[in-house]
Amino acid sequence: MDFIYYFGDVFTPLSFMLLLGGTIGGLILGATPGLSPTMAVALLIPFTFQLEAAQGLILLGAAYTSTVAGGAVSAILLKIPGAPANIATTLDGHTMAKQGQGARALQLSFLASAVGGVFGVLLLIFLTPVLAKWALAFGPSHLFWLAILGVTVIGTLDSASVVKGLLSGCIGLWLATIGFDDIMGAQRFIFHPALGGGINIIAALIGLFAIPQVLTMFAKGRHNTGAEVIEVQRHSILEAFRELFSRTRALSIGTLTGSIIGLIPGVGGQIAGLVAYDQTKKFSSEKDKFGTGHSEGVIAAESANNAMVGPSLVPLLTLSIPGSPTAAVLLGGLLIHGIFPGSDLFDNHPDVAWTFINSMLIGQVLMCVFGLYVAGLAARVAQVPQSVMAAIVLALSVFGAYSVQGSMGDVYVMACLGIGMFFLERFGFSAAPLVLGLILGPIAEANFIQGGMIADATVGKASYFLTGGLNLLLIAVVLASIAYSVWMELRHRRYTTKEEAQA
Amino acid sequence: MNRSQHVFGSGLVFAVGLWVTWVSYTQQPAEAFLFPRLIASVFVVLAGWTFGKAVMGLSKVGNGVTRTMFLNMLPGLVITLIYVFWAAKSLGFYTATAIAFFILLSIYDPAPHDEAKSWMKRCIITGVFVTVMYGLFAMLLNVYTPKEILF
Repeated sequence: MDFIYYFGDVFTPLSFMLLLGGTIGGLILGATPGLSPTMAVALLIPFTFQLEAAQGLILLGAAYTSTVAGGAVSAILLKIPGAPANIATTLDGHTMAKQGQGARALQLSFLASAVGGVFGVLLLIFLTPVLAKWALAFGPSHLFWLAILGVTVIGTLDSASVVKGLLSGCIGLWLATIGFDDIMGAQRFIFHPALGGGINIIAALIGLFAIPQVLTMFAKGRHNTGAEVIEVQRHSILEAFRELFSRTRALSIGTLTGSIIGLIPGVGGQIAGLVAYDQTKKFSSEKDKFGTGHSEGVIAAESANNAMVGPSLVPLLTLSIPGSPTAAVLLGGLLIHGIFPGSDLFDNHPDVAWTFINSMLIGQVLMCVFGLYVAGLAARVAQVPQSVMAAIVLALSVFGAYSVQGSMGDVYVMACLGIGMFFLERFGFSAAPLVLGLILGPIAEANFIQGGMIADATVGKASYFLTGGLNLLLIAVVLASIAYSVWMELRHRRYTTKEEAQA
Repeated sequence: MNRSQHVFGSGLVFAVGLWVTWVSYTQQPAEAFLFPRLIASVFVVLAGWTFGKAVMGLSKVGNGVTRTMFLNMLPGLVITLIYVFWAAKSLGFYTATAIAFFILLSIYDPAPHDEAKSWMKRCIITGVFVTVMYGLFAMLLNVYTPKEILF
């Protein structure tokens, strides 16, 4: 119950202002198609440099939570999901809006998001300290395998091709080794002076997530979104409350599905929303109404994608393994303040950890309250031409990368990685495993070297890294995730081939 | 998707993989390259596999870049490269940002090019945006950006 002691810290004037600003800004950014939660958080990191660690994380956490919920606004009013997590919301939400029930759909979506979100953060509050204590038992070999696990799980589950996903992870791990070696001081892969200090994580994150999006917007050429905002009519909030709690099956399936999926590294909000929608439909007595503007569809999808947010941070805060690309960006936000997640975070910086987690809890309520008011404005912002968005994101990326260390080298690295990632994505590679490799690379290498030294003095490298219950368990999970993804890919390919043959 | 695009893309990744492996196994001190060697070995095998599949025409994932996409993107990409690698440092961050922003808006804005109103709107948006950026970065965050010949 440590978290209760730090509730007051969220309500200091600056912290609360940041929470409010992050929530409202996140709702508007989330509604803008093309601005993913990960990109929004990455672009916000430079604004946290001058803040204290807890305050910086409050801003990033609020933006993360509310961009996921804000995506529902454009999904409902424009039929364009603000983020992949809101795809399932479009199915019934937009139909409701077309039927003149846009306000009802928005109210249900924000209320369901808040319920799911609060449950997810409570799970984060109660699971994290327990797992953080358990993480104390981890030695260098376990941490090495855990870092490899983080890269392989995201590489295999988040990519359409297992080999390309793992290859992206390898590229990320290699990029992390560029610069001077920590122990010998040797130069590694420095083929340009801008790489002398290694690749700065924040500049890389901005480049990898923002620049491909900018180029994608350019690639669409001169065109309007063509989407019309559907006008909403007034709807009683009390009725929405009543309806939400009369749909307990959809709400609980969405919340539980989202929370469980959030705990699994690599499986994002998009999956959470779609799985919850599908499961609710299966268990519903009104199956036929799904897709025709049924409120259960909106409730299930939105409660799931927000319930996923809290649990997706559990592996990050306990084991230093970001479970999602956005969690990886948040890890970057922690590292720039010299704070390392894991048991150290709760033992030495409990104020930072608990203030951040508590702010996410309060943020869910604020998101719900303000979501209903800024929905109209957010939908208008979502209509801003993509050319304007692309130019804004490009300039923010350049300024953001430069402000990390006041170095043009970081801007060059950001641009090169971003342009390279755009083309890699077009060839089926994914940014998420690359980012995970880049972030977890130093953790993997430090523990590999440290473990190697211990092994040389004791049982030898093979025994040290490849035996012992926990090592074997982690290796088994790595192999299982690869095997599962290969099986899924082959199955999908078999079905695709069959469909192609039939066509 | 065009097979040659897959071959080119995966070939480039394979070439990087070969270079990383060669550097990892030939550079000294060897102790500093222990971890890179481990990664490079996996990297080159996976990259070789991907390249081999592309050569045999078995690459299924990835839509590549169509001619229309590339032509649409080209002006924006060129402006981005000039902005990042030359203008920001040589002209000054805010001047370069204003120019790049205005050009990008002019190229990609769906509003008609023959209306004075559209041009006025673009000028106003650029002015407001650069002022906001100045307020955020120079005044709020105290980021000192290269001013060079202009601002």
